[in-house]
Amino acid sequence: MADIVLDHIVKRYPDGTVAADDLSIEIADGEFVILVGPSGCGKSTALNMIAGLEDITEGELRIGGERVNEKAPKDRDIAMVFQSYALYPHMTVRENMGFPLKLAKVDKEEINRKVEDAAKILDLTTHLDRKPATMSGGQRQRVAMGRAIVRSPKAFLMDEPLSNLDAKLRVQMRTMVSKLQQRLETTTVYVTHDQTEAMTLGDRIVVMRGGMIQQIGSPETLYDTPANLFVAGFIGSPAMNFLPATLEEGVFHTPLGEFALTDELRGALASGNAPRELIVGIRPEHFEDSALVEDHQKAHGSVFTAQVEVLESMGSDKYVYFSVEGEQAVSDELAELAADAGTSDVPGGDSGTLVTRLSSASTAREGRPSEVWVDTSKIQVFDPSNGRNLTVRDAATVAGG
Amino acid sequence: MGTDSRTRIWWALAGVVVCIYALVPVLWIVSLSFKTTDTITDGSFVPRSWTLDNYAQIFSLDLFTSALVNSIGIAIISTVLAVVIGTMAAYAIARLDFPGKKTLVGVSLLIAMFPQISLVSPLFDISRAVGLFDTWPGLILPYITFALPLAIYTLSAFFREIPWELEKAAKMDGATPLQAFREVIVPLAAPGVFTTAILVFIFCWNDFLFAISLTSTSASQTAPVAIANFTGASQFAEPTGSIAAAAVLLTIPIIIFVLLFQRRIVAGLTSGAVKG
Repeated sequence: MADIVLDHIVKRYPDGTVAADDLSIEIADGEFVILVGPSGCGKSTALNMIAGLEDITEGELRIGGERVNEKAPKDRDIAMVFQSYALYPHMTVRENMGFPLKLAKVDKEEINRKVEDAAKILDLTTHLDRKPATMSGGQRQRVAMGRAIVRSPKAFLMDEPLSNLDAKLRVQMRTMVSKLQQRLETTTVYVTHDQTEAMTLGDRIVVMRGGMIQQIGSPETLYDTPANLFVAGFIGSPAMNFLPATLEEGVFHTPLGEFALTDELRGALASGNAPRELIVGIRPEHFEDSALVEDHQKAHGSVFTAQVEVLESMGSDKYVYFSVEGEQAVSDELAELAADAGTSDVPGGDSGTLVTRLSSASTAREGRPSEVWVDTSKIQVFDPSNGRNLTVRDAATVAGG
Repeated sequence: MGTDSRTRIWWALAGVVVCIYALVPVLWIVSLSFKTTDTITDGSFVPRSWTLDNYAQIFSLDLFTSALVNSIGIAIISTVLAVVIGTMAAYAIARLDFPGKKTLVGVSLLIAMFPQISLVSPLFDISRAVGLFDTWPGLILPYITFALPLAIYTLSAFFREIPWELEKAAKMDGATPLQAFREVIVPLAAPGVFTTAILVFIFCWNDFLFAISLTSTSASQTAPVAIANFTGASQFAEPTGSIAAAAVLLTIPIIIFVLLFQRRIVAGLTSGAVKG
């Protein structure tokens, strides 16, 4: 067990591409940190550099206080779980899991004991003498985990370990990974492109984009106070709604109508040299069917009427999609998010649609207009030119953007 | 459905034709090897009178038994060395980027394409000058040289098929590059290694050109050369029966070799390593 410190790490390939730009992360002993971002954001590169599978161009990597830049993977005493599991097909489960110990010249009885202990934790005891080829995806995944935990390494690195599993199994395995990490209390760095996985698993999340860290923080921090447009759009499902807005005399003009500024917001915007053209972000759960909102609550919100396009009833909630007339919020970040989610390829995709999560008691109907209340005290305001969140005063965590 | 069974019949027919085409000469040799000297020219496919004289006769010659020993020894040593060197070279070519990689691949391709006959005279001179003429190493060296391109090409194709992540996993598990190569890569490349071994063995076993040019005595003459040197019972008798018997005997090790390893030459050994 050990802490891992990335100190201004840069990865530059010989052709000049920068895969990781000035990464600084301090991972405490026993912490579960998630690196998340769209494909090509440098999260896997970062993980490979920690593993020692890729060289570090600049900066220093310390594991347990010791500089390890020049150390080979085998001397770093960290275990890795790969997306493809990377099990050795010619070895049985037992041999697969015992392989790191065999290489470490542990004696046979000890190997057997440790492998069996790990197998018990992972519920693999009955499969120990099978070959990976005869096993299901979930079992193989557990073997890969087993191979990582047998030798009690200083840290676990996981490279999208669940992305090859089907949806239901993924949720189960997610819980298992979480329990396992709590039980072993081993420092873990976990890479994923799935924000749900990131939110549910991590103590802290590192959101990356284009080789740069966008924000580091707990799931709640990222959700409630995203540092910029990218983080705001990436974290949360369904995603945050973004609307163009103009600020005039303390009032936001948006396609949803005019919002009065709360005092808090006014203060934040006044200090930030805010431009007049802005992007307003509102999470789906900050909307409510106005008929269900009590009067005293309505005061710190605003009510608008819009046409219901699609209604998805989830039982506990209703997801109501409204069509919004007028302009779209435009920024590089949003374009990238859309490209990553693939929505830009879908005809009519997300454009012009407002996603709201209303109480199941809502009477909204498809094809009919509905009156919706929005909690304006929860809205986030972004600067379209650099994506910065103007509602967050502490911009120290924002890198680049 | 109708076209399906018809295509199958055509394929079966084609298969039978190919088998006949390939096997008739072999069976003819076998038949000849069992014929007596009198009936050898009778043109009948099945011998009218069977005899083992031909076999007895070739084994009565010291020339043939020592040639057989030479053949086996030289072929096995060349195969082992060529496969070991070839495995390492192929791995490097498949996995690493090093200066001169293209040159290496180009040169090995060049060697494979070079007409061997044009090298016989210089090789003859060289091996006489360095004292390798009529020795085992004198044959083993050129065999390795000419078998390597084949080995490297076959093996690097196999190495490319092995998922790279397995190697990374081995590294993370604490393996040195050599350990990762030996414990993970080579076992997975086994089908490729055996295929290559068989091809190289057959090449060395069948070679006549180098064997006849670079040897002169029973110290290193291989079986194909010994067969060519057979003489009949008298000056006027053709040693056809003996040649046929020797040819049959020479085929047997190859058959054994292939049968022995054919179970290892199965595709799909890497299944289960990574989710495909």
